[in-house]
Amino acid sequence: MGRITLEGVAKRFGDVEVIPPLNLDIEDGEFVVFVGPSGCGKSTLLRLIAGLEDVSDGRILIDGQDATDESPAKRGLAMVFQSYALYPHMSVRKNIAFPMKMAKVPQDEQNRRIDAAAKALNLTDYLERRPGQLSGGQRQRVAIGRAIVREPSAFLFDEPLSNLDAALRVGMRLEISELHNRLETTMIYVTHDQVEAMTMADKIVVLHAGRIEQVGSPLELYLRPKNAFVAGFIGSPKMNLFSGETAAEYGAATIGVRPEHIGVSTEGGKWKGRVGVSEHLGSDTFLYVEDTGLAETITVRSDGEVRLRHGDTVWLTPNEDKIHKFDQSGDRID
Amino acid sequence: MARAISRNSKIGWTVAAWLVALIIFFPILYTIITSLKTEQEAIAGFDLIPSFSFSSYETVQNQNNYFRPFMNSVVIAVGSTLLALIVAIPAAWAMAFSPTKRTKDILMWMLSTKMMPAVAVLVPIYLIFLRTGLMDTRTGLVIILMLMNLPIVIWMLYTYFREIPGEILEAARMDGATLRDEILYILTPMAVPGIASTMLLNIILAWNEAFWTIQLTTTNAAPLSAFIASFSSPQGLFWAKLSAASTMAIAPILILGWFSQKQLVRGLTFGAVK
Repeated sequence: MGRITLEGVAKRFGDVEVIPPLNLDIEDGEFVVFVGPSGCGKSTLLRLIAGLEDVSDGRILIDGQDATDESPAKRGLAMVFQSYALYPHMSVRKNIAFPMKMAKVPQDEQNRRIDAAAKALNLTDYLERRPGQLSGGQRQRVAIGRAIVREPSAFLFDEPLSNLDAALRVGMRLEISELHNRLETTMIYVTHDQVEAMTMADKIVVLHAGRIEQVGSPLELYLRPKNAFVAGFIGSPKMNLFSGETAAEYGAATIGVRPEHIGVSTEGGKWKGRVGVSEHLGSDTFLYVEDTGLAETITVRSDGEVRLRHGDTVWLTPNEDKIHKFDQSGDRID
Repeated sequence: MARAISRNSKIGWTVAAWLVALIIFFPILYTIITSLKTEQEAIAGFDLIPSFSFSSYETVQNQNNYFRPFMNSVVIAVGSTLLALIVAIPAAWAMAFSPTKRTKDILMWMLSTKMMPAVAVLVPIYLIFLRTGLMDTRTGLVIILMLMNLPIVIWMLYTYFREIPGEILEAARMDGATLRDEILYILTPMAVPGIASTMLLNIILAWNEAFWTIQLTTTNAAPLSAFIASFSSPQGLFWAKLSAASTMAIAPILILGWFSQKQLVRGLTFGAVK
């Protein structure tokens, strides 16, 4: 079981309020991603749940039990750190065994769990090596192995993939998702990469300056962002945001249009501009259109066949049904 | 691209380096040479070729048994070092991993005590030793040398501990390690190279210490440093015997230093190089 409830949890460092009081429910077995720009408090929030930081206010409930004043080990959670935090002087086997040694798990049970974890994570051939002799991806797997053998009620991941190269990151992303499907254990995953958030999460929590901006499934956040911040943060490439007269036309302070909801034409349309950079990915083409007089650049996602070059004049037409409207304070208008 | 070094400048610098090393080593070399001379040769003047007479060593060994001060040196150097480590490991741990606003000040204050000339506190410490019966005892010297070297030991360990990433200790805490487990299974094994070089350096410092050992001992607890000093007696100087005593006093530490060079360099650079 791994149901985690935050009730009015707040964190202050001296006079600085890093996290204003917030409430959050994490259901058993859910894959929850905390996402936000750096410094938004997502890692602090994870550390509060882990027990590595003390809460300034509020309560943390794990499976209905008040765990606010429990030590990290007693909370039954396992954490995977950004730096992997492996014990450099111990072999992979001893690293994975360490939490069980602390919990005084019988030796044969320890061996059984180590072998199972090593098999699942492709580490069987590396058990006698030291972490220093492993690649980044292997180290990450050892860190995950060390978390699995504890059979925790929830896994906490603190930006676990940010030290890996791009190709490895995609692979590990899949492995972690598969792990979640297999174990069906609650996972809380912190990242600043919204692609990771969108691809892995059952539920995304968007944080900004310590506040929760929106909680929802990836598609909910993508299709109905609650405010301009979430609209701009979720989605790659970013949503185009316009204010001033363009927005006033739609009765809003700010409007947003996703790059795939803008049509391109060389003959005519609503907004006229000039192609700045065009990125041909094969499946898609991203056009960065300049000199529209509306925003610095407008990003447009078009199909892969489009043959437009730098300097070409184009007309852009937004799909009226897909325009997101926000009021003066940034909240969504329906 | 590697910086190009011409052959000539390489030879020049090599010769210069050897020359400087020789100048530094020369006093020790000359002590060893003198110890192998007879007393007449020794006062005759500068001469690099000794007669390889071992008579000085014999006299020194017969007059003052070498093994007694040697054992005193071993007990005092090793004892004070171990005691210092027992105090310093938890102290450095606390300062490195849960520092307060005053930690830096405390560290500076501890270091500042090393700037004070030892002679300034000689009288009070002498009196304390006299009244508590610690005078001329190994226990007394172990305590005083431990206290004298403690600031350096804490500083060195502090810098080593600071190199250990905090996330590793947090991981251990998540894994269920108590404070004791954390120090025993994670921190100490990771800090072993640092602790070893701190220990070596401190043994050398304690071995060579000559101020307190000479002031606070007479015969019973006198280590090798006091043993050397006893040869510059009021009856006159005996260069050859003094040199023989010195050579015997420095030989153990010279050998220890030779075998532990790598650790020592790491220790002396205070964790600046990895």
